[in-house]
Amino acid sequence: MNDRYSRQILFDSIGEEGQELLANKHVLIIGAGALGTGNAEILARAGVGKITIVDRDYVEWSNLQRQQLFSEEDAKYRMPKAVAARERLEQLNSDIEVEGLVMDAGAEELRQLTEFVHLIIDATDNFDTRLLMNDISQETKIPWIYGACVGSYGLSYSIIPGETPCLSCLLEKVPMGGATCDTAGIIAPAVQMVVAHQTAEALKLLTGNKDALRNKLVSFDLWNNHYMAMDVRKLKKQDCPSCGNHPSYPYLNPENQTKTAVLCGRDTVQIRPSEHGERDLEELSGVLSRLGGRVEQNPYLLSYRANEQHRLVFFKDGRVLIHGTKDIAEAKNLYYSLIG
Amino acid sequence: MKLVVNGNTMEVAGVQTVGDLIKELKLAGKGAIVELNEEILSKSEHAEAVLANGDKVEIVHFVGGG
Repeated sequence: MNDRYSRQILFDSIGEEGQELLANKHVLIIGAGALGTGNAEILARAGVGKITIVDRDYVEWSNLQRQQLFSEEDAKYRMPKAVAARERLEQLNSDIEVEGLVMDAGAEELRQLTEFVHLIIDATDNFDTRLLMNDISQETKIPWIYGACVGSYGLSYSIIPGETPCLSCLLEKVPMGGATCDTAGIIAPAVQMVVAHQTAEALKLLTGNKDALRNKLVSFDLWNNHYMAMDVRKLKKQDCPSCGNHPSYPYLNPENQTKTAVLCGRDTVQIRPSEHGERDLEELSGVLSRLGGRVEQNPYLLSYRANEQHRLVFFKDGRVLIHGTKDIAEAKNLYYSLIG
Repeated sequence: MKLVVNGNTMEVAGVQTVGDLIKELKLAGKGAIVELNEEILSKSEHAEAVLANGDKVEIVHFVGGG
């Protein structure tokens, strides 16, 4: 036995006992982008016994500025993120078990993945998956740690079933059309700050230091020098459909999930969000125009040429057609990168 | 009216309630959570919570990136 973990063991609140606990824990990380790779590296180095990391995407050059487990080789060969992450994590710590799964985590997949898991880390890029995760966490009583960032802004909250409000209590409904890293950019320190908050909470939970949890919604803007920690306990709703007294876990119901379909013979994927809110085409037009690519609009829809291959058509009722692909994962990547 | 929003003093016109302020800041539909003078408000209170000169407002909004 080498002294790999000696400095962490010296830290009073962890100690030998905490280290032992970590070695017997299994953490599920949903997403292997900026937050996913950041969380995975810290937890792997810390000696979490098993880490499962899930992602449907592959590595691109635009990821390397902040997605810390990936190399130029990975971008060159378009390695699936889950595979590239696993390989790097295995180099960092061969004592632990690492599983990298290339898949799109829907309700069924998440249900299977959470078996024997102690903690779920949110490293996704969209609210649809987060709300699924939120319901599964409530159903299985496995805590999860929300984290998100864009630009120089980020936030995090630890959701402990039966104790804290859940994401549904805080959001009430699915946000539509927010800024994303692909539309508003992102600086690496904002990622690292969210990762620091998520992994600190993870270490507390996994080493039996629940009393040390923050219990606050933390947010910051590193460029505008603003930091905040808000006590949101009052927002827990007794009638919340996800965590209230009579939960129905609405996001696990297929009717409330974002639906995708390949339109036969048209080289097109349709994405239909579950929420029936109206899409603000004016706002979207502004955001997409700034990215370059041609935006055309009539009162009913907006057409955007994202690149040579792909054209997206956004309808007012929320539906989006992604022309130029029959691949649902590819279509979802493009969709969430622009819409969030 | 002068408000202190997330630590910055700002002058707003045509804003009467917290709901108006959320719209003004283009945070409508982004799940904003608001503290008015250090008291957290539920979302159903946003439309009725009237703002006064010098009020301290803290707003957290949700983003999807990661």
